[in-house]
Amino acid sequence: MQRRQLLHTLAGAGLALGSAQLWAAGASQPCFLVVFLRGGYDAANLLVPVSSSFYYESRTTLAVARPGKDANAALPLNADWGLHPALRDSVYPLFQQGQAAFVPFAGTHDLTRSHFETQDSIELGQAPEGSRNYRSGFINRLAATLKGAGAMAFTDRLPLVMQGEVQVPNTALRAVAKPSVDARQSSIISAMYQGTELSGSVTQGFTVRDEVVREMAAEMDAASRNAISAKGFELEARRIAKLMKGRYNLGFVDVGGWDTHVGQGGATGQLASRFEELGRGLAAYAQEMGNRWRETTVVVVSEFGRTFRQNGNNGTDHGHGSVYWVLGGGLRGGQVVGEQLPVTAANLFQNRDYPVLNEYRSLLGGLLARQFGLSPAQLASVFPGAEPRELGLL
Amino acid sequence: MTAPRLIVGKRASCWGLALLLAACAAPPTSTTPPATTSPSPLAPTPAKPAAAALAKTSPSAQPAELLRYHWLNRLTWGASSSALAQAADQDAGALLARQLAPGPATLPAAAQSQIAALTLSQKPFTTLMIELEQRRRDADALKNDDEKKAAQQAYQQELNRLAREAASRHLLRALYSPRQLQEQMTWFWLNHFSVFQNKANLRAMVGDYEDSAIRPHALGRFRDLLGAAALHPAMLRYLDNEQNAVNRLNENLARELMELHTLGVDGPYTQKDVQELARVLTGAGINLTSTDTPVGRRELQAYYVRRGVFEFHPGRHDFSPKTLLGQPLQQRGLAELDEALDRLARHPATARHVSRKLAQYWLADNPPPALVERMAQAFSASDGDIAATMRTLLSSPEFAQGAGLKFKDPMRYVISALRLAYDDRVILNTGPVWNWLNRLGQPLYGRQTPDGWPLDEGAWASPGQMTVRFEVARAIGSGSAGLFRSEGPTPQEVPAFPQLANPLYYQSLQHTLSGSTRAALAQAGSPQEWNTFLLSSPELMRR
Repeated sequence: MQRRQLLHTLAGAGLALGSAQLWAAGASQPCFLVVFLRGGYDAANLLVPVSSSFYYESRTTLAVARPGKDANAALPLNADWGLHPALRDSVYPLFQQGQAAFVPFAGTHDLTRSHFETQDSIELGQAPEGSRNYRSGFINRLAATLKGAGAMAFTDRLPLVMQGEVQVPNTALRAVAKPSVDARQSSIISAMYQGTELSGSVTQGFTVRDEVVREMAAEMDAASRNAISAKGFELEARRIAKLMKGRYNLGFVDVGGWDTHVGQGGATGQLASRFEELGRGLAAYAQEMGNRWRETTVVVVSEFGRTFRQNGNNGTDHGHGSVYWVLGGGLRGGQVVGEQLPVTAANLFQNRDYPVLNEYRSLLGGLLARQFGLSPAQLASVFPGAEPRELGLL
Repeated sequence: MTAPRLIVGKRASCWGLALLLAACAAPPTSTTPPATTSPSPLAPTPAKPAAAALAKTSPSAQPAELLRYHWLNRLTWGASSSALAQAADQDAGALLARQLAPGPATLPAAAQSQIAALTLSQKPFTTLMIELEQRRRDADALKNDDEKKAAQQAYQQELNRLAREAASRHLLRALYSPRQLQEQMTWFWLNHFSVFQNKANLRAMVGDYEDSAIRPHALGRFRDLLGAAALHPAMLRYLDNEQNAVNRLNENLARELMELHTLGVDGPYTQKDVQELARVLTGAGINLTSTDTPVGRRELQAYYVRRGVFEFHPGRHDFSPKTLLGQPLQQRGLAELDEALDRLARHPATARHVSRKLAQYWLADNPPPALVERMAQAFSASDGDIAATMRTLLSSPEFAQGAGLKFKDPMRYVISALRLAYDDRVILNTGPVWNWLNRLGQPLYGRQTPDGWPLDEGAWASPGQMTVRFEVARAIGSGSAGLFRSEGPTPQEVPAFPQLANPLYYQSLQHTLSGSTRAALAQAGSPQEWNTFLLSSPELMRR
């Protein structure tokens, strides 16, 4: 047919993406989930430098007290670090079981202190020098290099980190609306597309949608039997786990609300409730993954840390080094790992922020290489030019 | 079910002839197009009768009707019955000429009144920005944390509201402006000079950015567009140029000006050129107060420029000599920036970069290089006249052959579906449209990165995206989306059912449908379902 030929002539090669890879189930592979805290969370109040008197001098109204009997005190991790008390019943038990670890002084060498710029550069994961390909994120490149991986973004839009050569589906699970196009209509619509270039995409879309609907129906069932109904990020995280247990072994989700310039609070308050909700979600995810938790790694990242000293508004401003979290059932956790420095005024970066001693591409590269057994060539395709860094967690 | 029958009067089919006449009337291009026998409506070559060529692909169709449908469908945000009826009496060449000539547009009264009621239409931009900035400072100055948070929240809500106003106005114009080509070009250039509304207070700026920097130049001179976009406060803030000062260089805007806006990423510039252009840009910033920033040094006073909230501050400018793209710059101060932008706008690499992107948006993901070359020549020969460049594209045989092939991005899909379904019945609420664009992943002013939304099929036809598209098709097709329920304290709702089985459908659209699509339509159990299937069909995903 003339129209078809024209389509190929004009549209060229841009259409034939490797959508087949999507359907080879990731069920037999390790699971990897990235949780992106958008807004630059205040890492210095998550992982509290309890041995630093400078910390307590710099944060007169924000500091979390040294470990002790007080319920508002930091939870002891080691001689230098404590954990924010909002995580007492969620992430702290995981840490004690060796299923959680923290990497302070982590982040990117990007110095713009711009949310967008830094989020983008982390999601793209490309070498800092040279021109960027805005359509190639690092999880997409990971999906491309792994045979039979299934990637999914649990977001409204396809984030940069998932864009690229592999066709990755996306579906936000925060609020799941019952689809209005019913099964009969869906099959009639699919039939319209048979023999067109979009046939695969249309059919796959309906399949993913039905999967989500099935999982959510079970959830409603459980709720009606008086199960405690989860909400917020916990609900979202449970839903993500349900889908990742099945065919999607590479996941991404983002959580907002971390840009705490004003009145962020200390052991309680604005930031504490964000930690509480996040922690509950991560613990719920671990529980919901069941047997699969053993071969699962979750990494919690953010674009940058915040100013070490509190500002004039009982908050903190855009900074540099952050603290990354690593969780997983097979982790040798229970440690605070990576390059570290005593937290003193002299060791601040530009006299304001945590320095970055553990560059994220090396750090994630090291983790992924262990978890998926990536060859150096595969790793180079995911994080070009980065030396993998062995943290001894896997 | 079959579509509800309509009696459609048989129109005299003079379109084919009109097209040929238009072809002769079309202005000659500076280059010779390749020999072709395509059914171009406006190809300058005397083609063989369009009807004969087209009959090969659609034997059952009325060729002239179908040509007219495709032509209108691709010249506008999407064909509608009324637009098609109006075009029946018009010469195709004249239609294109009118669309290519920019100018003010008169919208239907029901749309115009919605736009007139907006804060954006009532308050001058400079006043708005100065008031908002004062409000932000007042909120920040509050001592009590709770009061401060409440005041800051109210300020943020006002920013959100203003961004929604801008989006609402954009959507009403896309749907109802008679200057359809100009409106599409406005979207295109907004995307080319993309800014992200969620940075700082850009939500209050995007309306003016679109209205004063982009739309007036959308079919004008590229150099004017470049200057207006690059120096608008929205762009200066989005790409951090307000922080760019002598000895404290910020290269963000300089880099994107060359990489994205003019020469293209493969263009002939170096890192050194980025630094030089960044130095040229030093001092171009924003002043959100009513007081000019004092210059201090008398010898620099003459270089100070204030235009609304735009401020060029010589005290922040690097006055040392500069070289851009191998040539020294002669002017000083803000005039030096004009000189630099002249150089970038006139560069052959810019002509190619811009032409290719236009062809990609209007014709195909990978447009034919020969066409792009002819467009680039038209661009350069006319000193960057966008209308002349577009005329070369739209009257080319390649364009004529491309009907029904370009995948619609979400904006094109949603607007074309609404124009088809509701024609000139003006919606009272753009909220649902705004929501659909969000769900489909292409909100107005919502691209985070400065490269703008991708224009190729691969970015929009993913499994999840197709599923959402069918949900939107159903929402539009069922007629219960709330488009005709006004907002505000006393909402009014006008009953309105989408009329997709309309004259346009019978005269032309149905002749483009495949057997599979017709078979699906035949299985519809209700008019709502029939609408849903039609709007979900592969044919309506492309234009």
